[in-house]
Amino acid sequence: MMKKVRKDELIVPVTFIVFSILCFFLSGISFMFLAEQVALRFIRNIILVLALIFPIMAGMGLNFAVVIGTMITQASFIIVLNFNLTGGRGAALVLAVSLVAAAGVGCVIGRLLNKVRGREMVTSIVVGFLANYIYQLIFVAGFGTVIHVFNKKLVLSTGIGVKNMVDLKTFKEVFDNLGVFRIGEAKISMLLLAMIIVCGFFVFYLMRTPLGQKIRAVGMSEGKSANIGIDTDRIRVIVIVLSTVLAALGQFVYLQNIGSLNVYTEHLDTEKFACAALLAGGASIRKAGVKNAFIGVVLLHTLFVLSPLAGRNAFANASLGEYFRSFVAYGIIAFALVVNLRLERKGE
Amino acid sequence: MDSKIKLPQIIITAFMAGLFVLAALLGMDIPELISGSFTKFVMNGVLVLAMIPMINAGVGMNFGLPVGIVAGLLGMCMAIQLRMTGIAGFLGAVALSVVPAVILGLIYAKILNMVKGKEDIAAIFIGYSFIPIMNFVWTVAPFTNREMLYPVGAEGLRPKISLENYFGSVLNELFVLKLGKISVPLGLLLAYAAVCLLVYGFFKTKSGSVMLAVGENEKFCQLSGIRIDRVRTTAIVLSTVIGAAGICVYAQTYGFVELYNAPLSHSFPAVSAILIGGCIGRQAKISHAVLGTYLYQTIYLLSAPIANAILIPQMSEIVRMIITNGIILYAFLKQERRRRQ
Repeated sequence: MMKKVRKDELIVPVTFIVFSILCFFLSGISFMFLAEQVALRFIRNIILVLALIFPIMAGMGLNFAVVIGTMITQASFIIVLNFNLTGGRGAALVLAVSLVAAAGVGCVIGRLLNKVRGREMVTSIVVGFLANYIYQLIFVAGFGTVIHVFNKKLVLSTGIGVKNMVDLKTFKEVFDNLGVFRIGEAKISMLLLAMIIVCGFFVFYLMRTPLGQKIRAVGMSEGKSANIGIDTDRIRVIVIVLSTVLAALGQFVYLQNIGSLNVYTEHLDTEKFACAALLAGGASIRKAGVKNAFIGVVLLHTLFVLSPLAGRNAFANASLGEYFRSFVAYGIIAFALVVNLRLERKGE
Repeated sequence: MDSKIKLPQIIITAFMAGLFVLAALLGMDIPELISGSFTKFVMNGVLVLAMIPMINAGVGMNFGLPVGIVAGLLGMCMAIQLRMTGIAGFLGAVALSVVPAVILGLIYAKILNMVKGKEDIAAIFIGYSFIPIMNFVWTVAPFTNREMLYPVGAEGLRPKISLENYFGSVLNELFVLKLGKISVPLGLLLAYAAVCLLVYGFFKTKSGSVMLAVGENEKFCQLSGIRIDRVRTTAIVLSTVIGAAGICVYAQTYGFVELYNAPLSHSFPAVSAILIGGCIGRQAKISHAVLGTYLYQTIYLLSAPIANAILIPQMSEIVRMIITNGIILYAFLKQERRRRQ
């Protein structure tokens, strides 16, 4: 039994490795360049992928609403910049505001998802889309009309609406000054690296505490958990709060590393790529672990870096490679849904 | 099912009326806006009708509308390749899209029948992952009509193919009736009415009533010997074919065939329109689609010039999408409450 499960888990990662090797030879780039690119993308995306683990273990499937956590962090950056707070103090404030706000919003999303049991995934997608447009409304129309602008550099020349691009260099410098870790050309702040390691351990450790046991139990069977006295509604809300907070933290690391913010597009599709990464690492929509997240991010992003280059080099058309990678990202989610739901139905 | 008009419809209708008043206050051309509302209504109407068979067979919302749309795009591309023009060209495009629609619909149905109970989420990702495959096809497909291809440099079909020399606005210009300043595109409305009647007629036939029964109570139908999966497959194929015809109507009004990622932007608005019309996700009537499409599209039509007038042009798109997603979320919550009762 144990062996068979392992085989199922291996199929997807092995497919990714095969395609990556193929693309690597087609692309004709150096291994060092690849390592540098993948390392950067790994640092930027890993925490968001970790954020997906709790909801999966609680039986809620892929939580596409993590995108809301990323938007909260972006909003915090803009708001803090609007008060002209820069440097270390500003960065600390951004972190504090975004984590607290993410916890609050996570609580609301959790309650909402408790009302749509059995359809959490599709609801989380719709909630994410809805939040995206509310976010856009705030920054396109709210800034300069309802919200007072203290920092004129943020808004368009009309005085209404935040610019497409906001510079975050003042925050990036703080982190870079505290020591960097170099991979080729890429610079990675030690502090961010420490945050990632802490997050990884946090998720790993939490699943082994009594709370983690309860989360697993709820994921196994809600009815049975309720019978042994677990407040399933509460556990599910906690899970979504943790997930949203981790997502907010993840976007903080992402933006710190990049040093600039595309206000309206930075967060788009991040949640789907995060889900694709986790699934690429051998997770399913019922079972996932820290290991899957770490392996998956490396595998997915290796393919993401390589496929446009392979397309350009082998077929003289980079867009073919891009189509291939979006197909992989979305296709793997569709594949996981179909396979898992089919197994569940057979099990019944 | 009670067909009484409920609170959401009243709110939306009041909102639309409010927008009309606002437009009038801003000194806009009301007769022109009303004429525009008819065109917009039919332009999107057939796409919304593509929701009905799937909802009625209990498969859920057709979030995989891009599958049907792609079939329609294939049909139109073939028609342009064959240089078909006028009304005959339009009908030819619809006819040519039926075969791909049936084939794609069968595959789509096969997948959806594997994921019973979670069709919504699966359909969304079937749509998402199908689009890059088609992007590949649009890039390498052997079409040779110069007007469809990228002008210079890049390979493949261009993202926006003009229908001006083929069958652009052939239905719009058919039998236009002038009522004072308002122009009513009778031909367009009649074509829409014909499609509505076809769908309505289908649900009066035997296989139509079987479909309704399956949507109503699947367990019971299974016990009475109905092959559920087959009925569901019929419904999904039907939805896909209507979706294909829907994009042909859309494109002839719009004047362009939009390829690549464009099909993705149609599914949520279409789902939301039928929900606005009063469908709560168990049984959909033609009236839901008609009312919903008119309300949804007219609000969108009115909000664009108003947003321009207050100098934030992106506002109308943002507000439209907030309404779209808000309505879908509301419907999910409402369906759940109903299930618990």
